[in-house]
Amino acid sequence: MRKDKSDPDSNKGILFFTYLMVGAFVCMIGYFGYFLQIRGETVINNSYNARLDRFSDRIVRGEILSNDGRVLARTEAGEDGREQRIYPYGSLFAHAVGYWDHGKTGLEALANFYLLTSHINLAERTINELSGVKNIGDNVITTLDVDLQKIAWDALGEQRGAVVVMEPDTGKLLAMVSKPDFDPNTLGADWDRLISGDNKDAQLLNRASQGVYPPGSTFKILTMLEYIREHPDTWQDFTFDCDGIYEWGDYTISCYHGNAHGHQSLNQAFANSCNGAFAALGMEMDPGGFHSLAEQLLFNRELPLSLAYSKSSFTMNTGAGSWEILQTSIGQGNTQMTPMHNAMITAAIANGGILMKPYMVERVESAAGEEIRRFLPENWGNLLTVQEADIMAGLMRQVVTEGTGSALRTDGYSVAGKTGSAEFEAGRETHAWFTGFAPAEAPQLVVTVVVEEAGSGGQVAAPVAKRIFDEYFSRGGEG
Amino acid sequence: MVNVIIEVSKYLMILLMADYTYLNFSYFRFREEQGQSRVCLRQNIAMFMMHFLAYLILYLKSEDERVVLFYLAQVVFFGAYIGLYRMFYPYLTRILVNNMCMLLCVGWIVMTRLSLDKAVRQFIIVAAAALVTWIIPFIIDRMWQLSQIPWIYGIGGLALLIIVWMVGNNSFGAQLSISLGGFSLQPSEFVKISFVFFVATMFYRSVDFTAVAVTTAVAAAHVLILVMSKDLGSALIFFVTYLSMLFVATGNWFYLLSGALGGCGASVLAYGLFSHVRIRVAAWQNPWVDIDNRGYQITQSLFAIGTGGWFGMGLFQGMPYKIPVVEKDFVFAAISEELGGIFAICVLLICLGCFLQFMMVAARMQALFYKLIAFGLGMEYLIQVFLTVGGVIKFIPSTGVTLPLVSYGGSSMLSTFIMFSVVQGLYILKKNDEEDYEEGQI
Repeated sequence: MRKDKSDPDSNKGILFFTYLMVGAFVCMIGYFGYFLQIRGETVINNSYNARLDRFSDRIVRGEILSNDGRVLARTEAGEDGREQRIYPYGSLFAHAVGYWDHGKTGLEALANFYLLTSHINLAERTINELSGVKNIGDNVITTLDVDLQKIAWDALGEQRGAVVVMEPDTGKLLAMVSKPDFDPNTLGADWDRLISGDNKDAQLLNRASQGVYPPGSTFKILTMLEYIREHPDTWQDFTFDCDGIYEWGDYTISCYHGNAHGHQSLNQAFANSCNGAFAALGMEMDPGGFHSLAEQLLFNRELPLSLAYSKSSFTMNTGAGSWEILQTSIGQGNTQMTPMHNAMITAAIANGGILMKPYMVERVESAAGEEIRRFLPENWGNLLTVQEADIMAGLMRQVVTEGTGSALRTDGYSVAGKTGSAEFEAGRETHAWFTGFAPAEAPQLVVTVVVEEAGSGGQVAAPVAKRIFDEYFSRGGEG
Repeated sequence: MVNVIIEVSKYLMILLMADYTYLNFSYFRFREEQGQSRVCLRQNIAMFMMHFLAYLILYLKSEDERVVLFYLAQVVFFGAYIGLYRMFYPYLTRILVNNMCMLLCVGWIVMTRLSLDKAVRQFIIVAAAALVTWIIPFIIDRMWQLSQIPWIYGIGGLALLIIVWMVGNNSFGAQLSISLGGFSLQPSEFVKISFVFFVATMFYRSVDFTAVAVTTAVAAAHVLILVMSKDLGSALIFFVTYLSMLFVATGNWFYLLSGALGGCGASVLAYGLFSHVRIRVAAWQNPWVDIDNRGYQITQSLFAIGTGGWFGMGLFQGMPYKIPVVEKDFVFAAISEELGGIFAICVLLICLGCFLQFMMVAARMQALFYKLIAFGLGMEYLIQVFLTVGGVIKFIPSTGVTLPLVSYGGSSMLSTFIMFSVVQGLYILKKNDEEDYEEGQI
């Protein structure tokens, strides 16, 4: 009975499913190989991966160097054989370089995997491995510029705040300062004090990328952009008469210190940062459209940034009430953003609308100086169109030549930017903002500054930026 | 010195494993028995050498004498299993026996590294399973009545699944097991086999529309109960296996396509209806956003695999214990982390080799009943491997099934032994038939 009902056709079905399953397996093995070869490195370089710490049993953590080869962090073995991490510049690079022994932050986190991977020559490595001697880990050369960092750090002085300095056409971060800071050399001893509930200074927070602030008038860049998008042909016809206080129903919006700007064209209103004019602009705009513009410019979204950061938030949407619209249009209300995000928008304007992904690791070298890997600038995409970037750059130039950015008027180079004085609590001094770039006609450098509770952006933040621009453009060959 | 041995052994093990896997496929080149048996012998040598190196490292690292005893027990087991099986069943397919032993060997190495106690328990289960399933090829060869009792398989299987659904123990949100006299049993592992037998007997009788409709209804009942028990991995295995068996039996593309479409529809429906499905899918799409909680298991697995790289960290050099339920669903990550990506791919290829053996048996059998059994069991086996490994490496959402013969777990081990023994029986049956034919006794 076994051989009746035999059906040779069914072998076709068997063959079909055999091919199907083999195909599925080939795909899976292919994906596995892709993961091991390509994705793996990115995935495992994660502060949650406890396994990397095991690497330090076999590898001496490599050095972190500035863009000109100065040592920002190195590991030294003491006489008792215990390794110690040394940060020669102390607190200067506290947040940018970060720390590695109480969790990992900054470059110590970003480059952890490279620092714990050794590429000294194979023979030496094999001998070391077999005899149980530690290999020397690779060195990481960063984009950080010691002199610019120092200037920015000094310029902030004892005040709280943050400074971001980057190249708009590459995304290289040249300096990143956050104050108050800490000394990573003594972090172990200071740790309990730093994380205690009584400590209100939040020194460990990297304000440059994790601090969220109301953007104040720097946000008028977005209001302006939305208005231009809604009125592409007629936006320049807008005029406004400012008497220092703008009234809408029961609500009033006043300009900084109640200044009356008089008759203002839109260019002038932007340059003088006239709150009344921008509140009036806001009332003419579609809140839903404004919302989607803000999200296009990365509000409420993940930033293309490998550093730890906070998301910026923009909550206004279709159906918003008048007060919310008035406030939001001048950068107050619920809107919050990080200095890094502000710098990224400014960089996109300076770079013809294209945002380059900010980065700090330039290349990785073996202890012998052989290049292992080089990181190239990455184009993230367009934040705005070339035309829009051109218009905004022109408007921002006028802020310096005719408006609130007068502190940056100089013959040495031409700056374009926007100031901001952001209210965050009634009765307290405003946060001072400046974000801008130079030279205006062919941008090389973006600087974003926020100084907490320090007064007006033009008077406090702009001079900080000026010192950085001065240093940068005083260098031979760079200007 | 110890360091040197451990480092060198690590690479030697990968080489031996690669050689074994290569032989697994070069086997198909040989038509005559002499060549095949030479290949099988070389495979045995490669396995024993790799086994020795692994336990050498395990002993050097743990410095536990019990590891040595355990190793010797395993050598005796492998020797006895390979030798005695051949003595009783001269016509068996040796390569399938070899592959079983290799997968068991990999499982024991990983288990010994994770927990010696569990490894020993696993060993005892395997020895018992090997002993019990010894007789199966003999039964398959002799008892054609097995093809006459579809409703015993169908109703028996459904009853078991319903019991689990009603009184099963909850583990990780799914009802999978029942406790029986101190043992925890996973009946779905055995229903997998009765299910294939049920479908095969039904289609053996008839593949007219009524028969297909009745069989489909019972198969759907199996799948539905599994879905209600939240055992999604098994539900998927049953579903795809049924569909493929239906196609092989009828050759009807309409059945296959409408079934596949229905399956897609049901998946979308399940995604909408069940939050645990959405959680799994979310943890697959982006585990990094919830790395502390829902994404924990899969990200730990990816860390393990990525950190291990192609060559592995070496035994006792990684942290496989950081992955939740590593010894069951995520054993593949532990293999990849410490023994290396190349080694892990070899394991996959060996599983694929087993599947191809199953399919070859299926293609060679004359009677549809036997064809369908070999085919159905092969599909179940490989789909399960695909689901578990795909889940571990984030190729597909994790479904919570084990890697047969490697993962820890008694029910899964016993049912896989039954599966392999049934196919072994079919192979022997076929060989005996051919022998009879050649001797002109038909």
